[in-house]
Amino acid sequence: MPAAVSSGGSFEQPDAAQDGPLSLLSPEDRELVEHLRSGDERTFLSLVEKNHRAMVRAAMGFVASEAVAEEVVQEAWVGILQGLAKFEGRCPLRAWMFRILINCAKMRGGREARSVPFSALETEDAEGERRAVESFRPPDDPRWPGHWAKGPERWADERLADAEALVRIKAEIERLPPNQRQVITLRDIEDWDSAEVCEALGISEANQRVLLHRARTKVRQALAGWAAEVTP
Amino acid sequence: MSVARPEEIACRQLVELLTEFLEGALDEPTRTRVEQHLVWCPGCTEYLRQFRATIGASRRLAEDDLPDRVKENLLDAFRHWRHGS
Repeated sequence: MPAAVSSGGSFEQPDAAQDGPLSLLSPEDRELVEHLRSGDERTFLSLVEKNHRAMVRAAMGFVASEAVAEEVVQEAWVGILQGLAKFEGRCPLRAWMFRILINCAKMRGGREARSVPFSALETEDAEGERRAVESFRPPDDPRWPGHWAKGPERWADERLADAEALVRIKAEIERLPPNQRQVITLRDIEDWDSAEVCEALGISEANQRVLLHRARTKVRQALAGWAAEVTP
Repeated sequence: MSVARPEEIACRQLVELLTEFLEGALDEPTRTRVEQHLVWCPGCTEYLRQFRATIGASRRLAEDDLPDRVKENLLDAFRHWRHGS
């Protein structure tokens, strides 16, 4: 391993690539790659455990079913292993893996376009309507323009703790357009930080926040009617 | 209670700013206006609470277990790759 790497912060230096392969990576990622290349099964399994589900969720926006998404992710893992020898570490390992995944998913999605159910192709149009539980006053309201006409009903906290909440969240995330689904999956389910998500999906921070916000708004909305306290 | 002043954020705008608010991505004056609005507006305060609860609940989806079959298949692929390379 090149000595320059241990001086710290090498991963921000623009010319660090000259220090040798993988020198741009964080020490953790570099170790992962080295272990994988040497055929370490435990490292591979822990990478699978950490990322497989997120990959399936991210792939589902492009294909017709969870079963097909599983196949796409299998394909992506093979692609990742095949690419590993040539991986230069210009971006974090996870981000690189997700780029491969999204390429596989897009290719498969293109082949299967006709079999994708209509709901998966839905775009932003319905957004306004889906906030129907609450409503705002019109912009020309004399006293409170744009303020709540009917505010959100209080949620019963115990409902959110229920398994049913997760079923509803999952179903709503599956209905989101692919880009919103990928962002909310990585940010809110998998707890990635925003820089890494931008890197993996090739989007700007601002764009990422817009997609995340739309996705969260819809998921909150999907819970709203159901989670509200029932008044006796 | 007074009539809303023009520089105030309306609830309709505030709910659109919440992700930026939570990410610390708002500029200082906007962030202050959001905070001030939340002080007096129970509707938006509840909305923010629900927004956070939604994010917290989403996080719990990461907890399902991966079936052994999936792990075995992938481990096979890994071994195959090792031997093929």
